[in-house]
Amino acid sequence: MKINKSPKSSMDAKWFYENPDTLSPAPESIPKSVGELIDPKYNLFIGGKFVAPHSKKYFETINPSNGKKLSSIALADEVDVDNAVQSAKKGFKVWQNFSPSERSKYLYSLARIIQRNSRQLAIIETLDNGKPIRETRDIDIPLAARHFYHHAGWATCWQESFPNYTALGVIGQIIPWNFPLLMLSWKIAPALAAGNTVVLKPAEFTPLTALYFAKLLEQINFPKGVINIITGDGSTGSYLVNHNEVAKIAFTGSTEVGKKIITATSATHKKLSMELGGKSAFIVFDSASLDDAIEGVVDGIYFNQGQVCCAGSRLILQENIYDQFIQKLKIRMSKLVIGDPMDKAVDMGAINSPQQLSKITEMISKGKSEGAKIWNPKWACPKDGYWYPPTLVENATPSNILVREEIFGPVLVAIKFRTPQEAIQIANNTPFGLAASIWTEQVQLGYEIAKKLLAGTIWWNCTNQFDASAPFGGFKESGFGREGGRIGMFEYLIPIKKKFKTSAIHNPKKIKSNSSTSIDQTIKQFIGGKEVRPDGGMSVSVKNFDGKIIGEVPLGNRKDIRNAVEAARNNHESWKNTTSFNRMQLLMFLAERLNEREIEISEKLSLMTGRSLKSTQLETKKAIERLMYWGGRADKLTGEIESTNSSQIVQTFRESIGVIGLTMPNEFPFLSFISRIAPAICYGNSIVVIPSEKYPLSVSTFIEIIRAGDIPAGVIQIVFGKKMELAQVLAQHADIDGINFYGTEEESFTIRKLSAETVKRVTVNFGNEVNWFDDSILHGERIQHEFCEPKTLWIPYGVGIS
Amino acid sequence: MFTNLETNLLSKIKVNTPAVRQRLATMFTRRAIKQGSQIAYYIKAIESIDLTTLQADDTETNVRRLCEKAINPVNPKFLNQLGFDKKIKVGAVCVYERMIPYAKEVLINSEIPIAAVSTDFPAGQTSLDNRLSQIEHAVKLGANEIDVVINRELLLTNQYKKLFDEIKEMKKSCGNTHMKVILGTGQLGTLETVWRGSEVAMQAGADFIKTSTGFEQINATFSVGLTMIRAIRNFYERTGKKIGFKPAGGIKTAADSLKWLTLIKEELGDEWLNPKLFRIGASTLLADIERQLQHFATGGYGSNRYNPIS
Repeated sequence: MKINKSPKSSMDAKWFYENPDTLSPAPESIPKSVGELIDPKYNLFIGGKFVAPHSKKYFETINPSNGKKLSSIALADEVDVDNAVQSAKKGFKVWQNFSPSERSKYLYSLARIIQRNSRQLAIIETLDNGKPIRETRDIDIPLAARHFYHHAGWATCWQESFPNYTALGVIGQIIPWNFPLLMLSWKIAPALAAGNTVVLKPAEFTPLTALYFAKLLEQINFPKGVINIITGDGSTGSYLVNHNEVAKIAFTGSTEVGKKIITATSATHKKLSMELGGKSAFIVFDSASLDDAIEGVVDGIYFNQGQVCCAGSRLILQENIYDQFIQKLKIRMSKLVIGDPMDKAVDMGAINSPQQLSKITEMISKGKSEGAKIWNPKWACPKDGYWYPPTLVENATPSNILVREEIFGPVLVAIKFRTPQEAIQIANNTPFGLAASIWTEQVQLGYEIAKKLLAGTIWWNCTNQFDASAPFGGFKESGFGREGGRIGMFEYLIPIKKKFKTSAIHNPKKIKSNSSTSIDQTIKQFIGGKEVRPDGGMSVSVKNFDGKIIGEVPLGNRKDIRNAVEAARNNHESWKNTTSFNRMQLLMFLAERLNEREIEISEKLSLMTGRSLKSTQLETKKAIERLMYWGGRADKLTGEIESTNSSQIVQTFRESIGVIGLTMPNEFPFLSFISRIAPAICYGNSIVVIPSEKYPLSVSTFIEIIRAGDIPAGVIQIVFGKKMELAQVLAQHADIDGINFYGTEEESFTIRKLSAETVKRVTVNFGNEVNWFDDSILHGERIQHEFCEPKTLWIPYGVGIS
Repeated sequence: MFTNLETNLLSKIKVNTPAVRQRLATMFTRRAIKQGSQIAYYIKAIESIDLTTLQADDTETNVRRLCEKAINPVNPKFLNQLGFDKKIKVGAVCVYERMIPYAKEVLINSEIPIAAVSTDFPAGQTSLDNRLSQIEHAVKLGANEIDVVINRELLLTNQYKKLFDEIKEMKKSCGNTHMKVILGTGQLGTLETVWRGSEVAMQAGADFIKTSTGFEQINATFSVGLTMIRAIRNFYERTGKKIGFKPAGGIKTAADSLKWLTLIKEELGDEWLNPKLFRIGASTLLADIERQLQHFATGGYGSNRYNPIS
C-alpha cells in the first residue's frame, strides 16, 4: 500500500516501512576535518616533488557518475618524459645503494601508507573511476596494500630464487583506468623489490589516486627519483615507450595498444610484459551448484561494470540447464542496484568515460544487427553521467561481434554447449586467453577442463580472485609475462651478462679438408614424422669451412613452413598431454641413441667446421649431456602452490607454450641445436626448427635417430632453408605461439616486429653470442621460462555449516 | 503437501560451501540499510520476532511478563518521536506446552499467536507416538503454531522416506495449526544436508522451516540461512508455494537482525518480508533493537534502563 510516491526525507521511517523495496541512500562521507581530498590542479611527480610540466598544458579529469570536473592534470610532453627518466636514472643509483632489507623496509612503508589512508584513497578512486565505493574500499585498496606487503618480502629474498640475476634499471609502466591504484601497486611493487626504479604513467581518465599516492610519498620522504609519476594522454605513453634509456616497458591495457607497443619497441632491447585484453569463458556444467554459479556470474561480469580484462564475458552453459539458468539469472539481474557509486549499497556504478560508453553502445547495436537478442532488467539507469545497465545477450552466433570481441562493459553473452569436449572447444575458440571460470562439483571434470583451457588463470567454482602471491597474466593475444608471485619477479630481472666470443674457443683452421671425405646423402625436410621433399623441389649445396661442397640440403619455402606448422599443431594436443615421465624417457633414450653414434656425429662436425675431432667430440659429448639433463628435468619443478590470502588451493602449472618456431646458430651447430630443442620438448612444446644455415648437416644423423625412435610424429619438424626467409614466415604465422630466434641484432629486431601482430612469446639473442658449454646459463629456471606458459588454478575449499 | 517424496530431487541438490561464504562476504556490504530504512527495518524485525522463553525454570510470572512485552515491544514515546503512529507487536510468543494457558490469558485480545515447541523438543528422541501426542495436546491447549523438531538420525543416515513420513504424520496431528519444522542445523555437518532436510520438510507439509532449537552448539549461521532460503526459493520456483523461514538461536544484536532481513530481501524478495513468511526466534534481541530505536529517537545512544524488561 503506497501512500506517497516518495519519502518526506531520507529519515521518513514510516514511508520506508510501507515501501520496503526502496532503501534510504547510504552515501559515503568524509569528515570535514580531513580537508579537501582532491587538489584543483596536479603537476608531475618527478624526482620526489611535484613540478610544473614543460608542456604547460593541463587536461581535465571528471567524475563519470555526474560528468563534473574533478581536477586539472598536467600533460607530460617529450621533455617531461625525459626529465622523469633522467630522475629515475639518478634514483636507480640511490636505490641500488640500499641493501635489500632497506628496500624491503621502504616497500613495507608503502603498504602501510596505503592502509593508513585507505578511506581517502577509496573515495578518490570512486570519484575518479565511477566504480562503487564498496569495491574500492573492500577490494582495490586492500589488494594494493597486500601487493606491497608481498613484495616487501621479495625485496629480501628474490636473490635465493634468481641467483646471477640483477635489476634492469629504469622501468616504464603504463596502466589502465579500470583498477587505477591496484594496477599501480602491481607495477611498482615488483619493480622496486627487484631493485629497479620506475616512471609510471597512470591512465588519462583516472590519475587521481596515483597523484594522491605521490603526495604521500612526498610526505614520508621516500627516496627521490625511485618512483616518478607522470600524467598525460597517449602521446605521453608513446614518449615513454620510445625513450631509449628505458630498459623495460610493463603495460596493462588493450590488445590493440599492446601490439603497438610491441611493434614500437621491436628495434630495441627493451624487455616487455604485456597484460592485455580478454574474452574469458564462464563455463557452467549441469553438475554445478546453480545458485552459487549465478552469484559467480554477478561477480564475473557485473563487477566493476564489466570493465575488467578478465571479466567472465562468455557464459558457456550446458544445454540441459540453459533455460533454468537463464531464468534464474534474469531474476538475479533484476535485483542488481545501479546508482551513485558513492552510495555504499549499490552493486554497479558508472561507466568510466563517455568514450567507453559509446564503444559499448555501438558494439551492442552492431551485435543486435547481427542477430543477437539483448535483455536488460526493467529498471532505468540514472540520467546524469555515463551508465550502462547489466546486459544479457542470447542467440549470438559464433561470429557475432559480441562473441568475438572484448566489450569491456557489463555485457554477458550466453552460449550453449552439449558435451565437456564442446565446452572446451567453444571456450578456446578465441584469440584471447586471459582467464576462465568453471563451475562443477565433479573433481575429475573440473581438473580436465582446467588442464584443457588455454588461459593464464582458471577459477574453479569461483571468479575474479586475486592475490599478490598468485601469478596473473595471459595466453595468446591476452599478453605475456606474469604479475604476482615468484614468476612475477622474473619480469623485473635480467641475467647478469657474461661477455663471450665464440672465436675465443673456436678455431676452425686445424685440419685440412680431404677430397675423399665428402658426404653424399639425400637430406629432406622432416615434417610430421616423415622425411618429405621440399615443396619448391630445390636443394642448395652445403660447403665446408674452406669452401668445398660437402652435401646438399633442401631449400625450404613458406609452404614447407606451413606444412610443418600444421603437422606440429595437429599432434600438439596429444603431445602436451603426455606425462612428464614419458617425455623424460623419450629424451633420455634419444641421448642413449646419440651416444652410440657419437663418433659419426663428431666426424661430421669436424668435416664441416674444420675443427679437430677432439674438439668436436667435446661438443657432441656436451650435447648428449645436455639432452640427459633436460630429460632428467622433465618431471622436476613443474609447478608450485601459491600462498594466497584465503582458504584456497592455488597452484601454478608449467604448461607448454604450444607450437614454437626455433632458429639455430652456426656456432657449435650440434650442441646449440640440442641445447634449444631439448628444453622445448621437455615441457611439451611441438617445434618447427630451422637448423644452422651454414652447418646443417650434423642434424641429419639426428633425423635418422628420431625417425627410427619413439618421439611421436609432429613433435619435431626440421625445415632446411634460408634462415631469415623461413623465420619471417614463422613470425607471421598465426598458429605459432612462440619464437626462439638466434641471429644478428638486426634480424632479432625484425622477428620481434613481425611477431607483434599475434602477440607471440618471443626470445631473441640480439646478436649476442652464447657460450654453449656454460651450464649456468643453459640449465635451470631461466630456460624453463622461455619454454613454459604458467597457468594458475584457484580451487576454494571448505565444508561445514558456519 | 506431497503424497510421495520426490527423491530424485534430493540427489541433485548441490551446495558449494566456499561460494556460499563468498556470497555472504559481500551480501551485507552490498546493502547498507541506513537512515529511515534502518528504523523501518528494525520495526519489521520486531514484528517478525517469535519472542521466546524456553527455560527449565519458566513459571507463570516470567511467561506473563514476556507476553506483556510482546504486546508493547517498544516504548511508545520513542515510536512517537520517530513519527511512527502505528501500533506494533511481535510476531508470536514461543513457549513450552505447559505455559500455553498462561500466555493465552495475557494475549487473549492481542492477535499475537502462541507458538509451542513440541515433539520432545529439543532432542526429538522419543517414540513417534509420544511426539505426535505432544502435538495433539498442545493444539488442544490452544497453540496457534507448533514448532516441531525433526528426527536427526533419519536425516543424518539418509532415511529420507522415513523422515518424510514422520513429518507428514506431525502435520496431520497439527491439523490446521501452523507447523514450523526445526532442522537442528548445528548438528547436520554440511550445507547439502541442511538443504536436503529443508526439501524433505517442505514436501512433507512444513509451513515454515526453522534453523535451530537454540540448544545446539552452533546456532543459526548465515551460511545455513542462505542455504535454507535458497531451498525455499527453489521450492517456490518449482511449486509456486511460499514456505516461511525462521532463523533461531543466538540472534542477539540489532545489527544481526538487519543482516537476516537483508538476506531475505536479496535472496527471496520483499514479499517474504512479513511475519507470515519470516520470523526470528529470539529472547534478548528485542532489547538491543529498542536501544537502537531510542538512539534514532533521541539522537544520543540509548540505555536499557529506559526500556521495560520482558
